[in-house]
Amino acid sequence: MSPAIRIQGVDKRFGSVHAVRSMDLEVNEGEFFALLGPNGAGKTTLINLLAGLSRPDAGHLFVQEFDVVRQYREARRRLGVVPQELVFDPFFTVRETLEIQSGYFGLPRNDDWIDELLMHLQLSDKAGTNMRALSGGMKRRVLVAQALVHRPPVIVLDEPTAGVDVELRQSLWKFIQKLNREGHTILLTTHYLEEVEALCERVAILKQGRLMALDTLKNLMSAHRAHRFEDVFIALMHNAGEQDVVA
Amino acid sequence: MTGFQTLLYKEVLRFWKVSLQTLLAPLVSTLLYLLVFSHVMAGHTDIYPSITYAAFLVPGLVMMSMLQNAFANSSSSLVQSRVTGNLVFLLLTPLTPAEIFLGYVLASMLRGLLVGSVVCLTALSFFSLPFREPLWVAGFALLATFMSGALGVLAGLWAEKFDQMAAWQNFVILPLTFLSGAFYSLHSLPPVWAVVSRFNPFFYMTDGFRYGFLGHSDVPPLESLTIVAVTCLALSWGTMALLRCGWRLRT
Repeated sequence: MSPAIRIQGVDKRFGSVHAVRSMDLEVNEGEFFALLGPNGAGKTTLINLLAGLSRPDAGHLFVQEFDVVRQYREARRRLGVVPQELVFDPFFTVRETLEIQSGYFGLPRNDDWIDELLMHLQLSDKAGTNMRALSGGMKRRVLVAQALVHRPPVIVLDEPTAGVDVELRQSLWKFIQKLNREGHTILLTTHYLEEVEALCERVAILKQGRLMALDTLKNLMSAHRAHRFEDVFIALMHNAGEQDVVA
Repeated sequence: MTGFQTLLYKEVLRFWKVSLQTLLAPLVSTLLYLLVFSHVMAGHTDIYPSITYAAFLVPGLVMMSMLQNAFANSSSSLVQSRVTGNLVFLLLTPLTPAEIFLGYVLASMLRGLLVGSVVCLTALSFFSLPFREPLWVAGFALLATFMSGALGVLAGLWAEKFDQMAAWQNFVILPLTFLSGAFYSLHSLPPVWAVVSRFNPFFYMTDGFRYGFLGHSDVPPLESLTIVAVTCLALSWGTMALLRCGWRLRT
């Protein structure tokens, strides 16, 4: 089976900052995969490259075998991205926001799925509310709904639970796990390592744009003789020079 | 609806939701110009034979309001989306650069034409105005709002902050529209300024548009139409090229 995401020899610089260095990475279909690293490791840059918000200086990125630069229309139809920043359009209500986002993908009559998203994300009673009037947590839920409104098979969540209360966090993961069980591939970035342990099978750990580790949680913990994944992460972060890619 | 139609609908809905600011306010300010200038200039020498100054002024002010509002629509929408960060939701979609360009430009045209039509109809209730060549009126109205909307897209791509957009409004659009011959004929200017005015594409839009109403113009309307059409094509080509390469949108 071809991978859901394929990153081949990708390099990206912003002036003197080498944000992503010769990155090779594959995420399998149906996987719940975590992309980890400290701030500035290159996680969001890699997601932006995948989403077409940035262009690589070298290499290629594919979503379900569609090149994100040359075949961007097909690639973007298959990709849903929840951005890290809490952004919204203050002119529209929650339902209008979702209808518009759905329409961009050529899906004008998508009410059933929009209603389902609103229900799962506990937004049904806020459908007619203007985005400005929502709390931060609710805006975050709308961001998730926007990313999912065109039913993308590959979903990227860039720190979706940052600053989110426990209740929403639990309901969000329950919904994302349901989507994963239904066959959606999930790529997650987070600083909450307990979420990674609970949800993900495989992880990639980045530092300063380099891939430091790529393996299952089990293999990484066993290779580092660690009982907690957090210990593996800390060990890798303090081991700047050594490449620890197990594959 | 396709993705393009959705963007167009969203852009129209956006200005419709704040119609007090986007449709009514320009009507009031344009009518104030009209009332003040037509009274101040009443009794002065007519610019064209048997055409009152008010009749001369109305097409110029209608064109000015169309240009300013078409520009304001695309430019403010883009800069607001960029500053608030929600532009990302458009950039993540499969829309092509041409669809994005046309979505913004057509919504701008609609706002410009709506404001222009309402100003024109309201002015007609105060002043009598001939309507000699309706096709020229329609042609120049469409091309002018298209060009101004496209210029708004260009400004929206360039400006990353509201003050940069204000610079476009104050140092580009306002001088070009005020010096487009809305208030005067080219023949009433000193020779140097008459030559300078000929480098202002907004002058040709105003002059050609006025020809449609009065049957008089400073330059032949076909010459104006050609210059405006070529400027529209060049601006569209340049803006589309910038959208295609992701200039200031995709890092």
